Amino acid sequence: MLTSILALSALALVFGLILGFAAIRFKVEGDPLVEQIDAQLPQTQCGQCGFPGCRPYAEAIASEDAEINQCPPGGEATIYALADLLDREPLPLNPDNGAESVKTVAFIDEQTCIGCTLCIQACPVDAILGAAKQMHTIIESECTGCDLCLPPCPVDCIEMIEIKEDMLTWKWPYPQEPAANSQQEIST
Amino acid sequence: MNSGNTEAKLWDFHGGVHPEQNKLQSTMESSAPARMPEKLILPLHQHIGAAAEPIVEVGDQVLKGQKIASADGYVSASVHAPTSGKVIDISEHPIPHPSGLSALSIVIETDGHDEWIEYRAEQDYTETNPSHLRNIIREAGVVGLGGAGFPSFIKLNPGSQKKIKTLILNGVECEPYITCDDMLMREDPQSIIAGARIMRHALQAEECVIAIEDNKPQAYESICHAAKGIAGLRVARVPTRYPQGSEKQLVQVITGKEVPSNGLAVSIGVVCHNVSTAAAIYRAIHLGQPLISRMVTITGAAVKRPRNLEVLFGTPIEELLQQCEVESKQIERLVMGGPMMGFALHDSSLPVIKTTNCIIAVTRKELGLEQAVMPCIRCGACADVCPVKLLPQQLYWHSRAKEFDKAQEYDLFDCIECGCCSYVCPSNIPLVQFYRFAKGAIWTQEQEQKKSDQARERHEFRQTRIEREKQEREAKRAKKKAPRAKKAAAPKAPPVDGAKMAEKMRDEAMSQRDSAVEARKAEIQAAVARVKAKKERATVQAGDATSITPAAPSKGDADKKNDSSSASDNNEQVQ
Repeated sequence: MLTSILALSALALVFGLILGFAAIRFKVEGDPLVEQIDAQLPQTQCGQCGFPGCRPYAEAIASEDAEINQCPPGGEATIYALADLLDREPLPLNPDNGAESVKTVAFIDEQTCIGCTLCIQACPVDAILGAAKQMHTIIESECTGCDLCLPPCPVDCIEMIEIKEDMLTWKWPYPQEPAANSQQEIST
Repeated sequence: MNSGNTEAKLWDFHGGVHPEQNKLQSTMESSAPARMPEKLILPLHQHIGAAAEPIVEVGDQVLKGQKIASADGYVSASVHAPTSGKVIDISEHPIPHPSGLSALSIVIETDGHDEWIEYRAEQDYTETNPSHLRNIIREAGVVGLGGAGFPSFIKLNPGSQKKIKTLILNGVECEPYITCDDMLMREDPQSIIAGARIMRHALQAEECVIAIEDNKPQAYESICHAAKGIAGLRVARVPTRYPQGSEKQLVQVITGKEVPSNGLAVSIGVVCHNVSTAAAIYRAIHLGQPLISRMVTITGAAVKRPRNLEVLFGTPIEELLQQCEVESKQIERLVMGGPMMGFALHDSSLPVIKTTNCIIAVTRKELGLEQAVMPCIRCGACADVCPVKLLPQQLYWHSRAKEFDKAQEYDLFDCIECGCCSYVCPSNIPLVQFYRFAKGAIWTQEQEQKKSDQARERHEFRQTRIEREKQEREAKRAKKKAPRAKKAAAPKAPPVDGAKMAEKMRDEAMSQRDSAVEARKAEIQAAVARVKAKKERATVQAGDATSITPAAPSKGDADKKNDSSSASDNNEQVQ
């Protein structure tokens, strides 16, 4: 009886020590899951999910404080990617967070802009160029279309413009299943 | 090796199909120039790469061969006026493209004089530096005329390290119906051979092989005759099989070497150009004429007089159809390119562009019965004919399910979209459409990933910057505080007072900052008021002026007041 208790205690102690050592020796810096979730998010930093940016949302998903269906810019594709990653059921996009919309880019009406710098402070990706009392402008290639510059603008000189499809961005659509053959769906 | 029609060993490629040729119809009659239309519509994006930038304005008179749009960047091509006339419009027009989108185009009203701009021919190309030759070809707007439209000067630049062994001129023309290269080879072999010699010089290639399928005996004879006695030039007769005209397959047939996956033919010392491109290069160098026209096959059962026409770019397709006596009622579908890889046009008013090699006016009878798509029975017929030895049924399976990573594991991007698999599929599945969709979706995903990575980087940088600025501000404040605190502390001694002092100072600093913030707020409000007043004034002016005029001056006063207050705020801030 006593020997068994002693043996078990000794074992527990030994394994405890091993585990304690491993916890220190093989400590993982940061949460790799958060990184993986963050990589799936569209990085618009728009805050529509209710968190101040994509990373905080990723952290919330990792700690199961948030559902995976709160990202309107990512839309269905992001939900499926997250469901795949986390082995959860894909959910429809939560309408409280907004609807999936077309991609846009901000545009400043330079005639109306008063150079207040408020939008520059609001832009999460530094895509607005300008200085106090100088006209501002958007760096189009950096703009994520997050809409965050709209509310602070006191003169409503910022407009969100839809990104139009052109020759370089056009892609073949998904083939219509009932179409009979490769040439049929193209009609004269 | 040194001349003419020596039969050298040929290799083989996997798969391929033998669709009905239908080439005879359009070769019964010799080629002719197309009628001059009243208007030419010249899209600025007729090639692979960036669209050209217009360098003329509406109202300008242009001469034949005058550059009207300049290449924008390295992978791009200039556009030239195909005839003399007046620029009447520069705006978006529908272009012949599977998307049916519009693109910026220059519209020229022709004046009928067909007056050339002054041009200068190169005296002796063998004396000219290859890089200078490439420049002339680039300036002349020459792109690959086989169908893809890749700027030719780039494919004539092997790079300083690479040694080019073989230059292949592609006269295979393996797609059914198309005969424009065939006619050109029959009627103008001299230009092709002269172009081949220029290209060989530009590439410093060891040998040049002109490949012609054995279903074009007249073209073969004609080219052999023209090539007689020219050292390092060989004509190869290759057995007819689709898709032999695809670059990678042709390289394999001629050299026995396989172009590596994700690689280019140039990496194994081979460069491939179309025979029509060779003729265009000859005109650019020997005559100094830019690329302004091309041979186009007008065929299909709805065409009464199917033939080849030398067409100026920008000519509306309906004019060509008229010239070839088409019964427009019979046209069930209008196809640009061949029946295997071409696409349907939605409108016959679309212009001919640099990549338009063939127009097929298809009748209902020719199209045959439309057959319903059935499930894949995994018969493997597609794998038997795939010239790239892919597994089309697996690619279809994963593309259809949008499992793009798995589709890529089956080498989706090695697919040349030749359509052999769709052609043989007993279930009539539009396989190639699925591959095109999957490729496009993967490209979009990659671009979005790149963009989001960039956004993440910028966002993170911004956050660290804000943090750093905050720390710097605090450090500065602490530094400022320290000597004063010392001074205050020195005579009065007790350290508690020092701490109190510091607290007071901090409060002061805070209140100062608050006042600064408030001053800025006031300033912004003033500006907002100004803009509002401006807007209102504008609306007042636009609308009923009398009713609101009395209010306007008071607004103006308020404005001024605000202005002055903001000015004083400013002063405070400065102080």
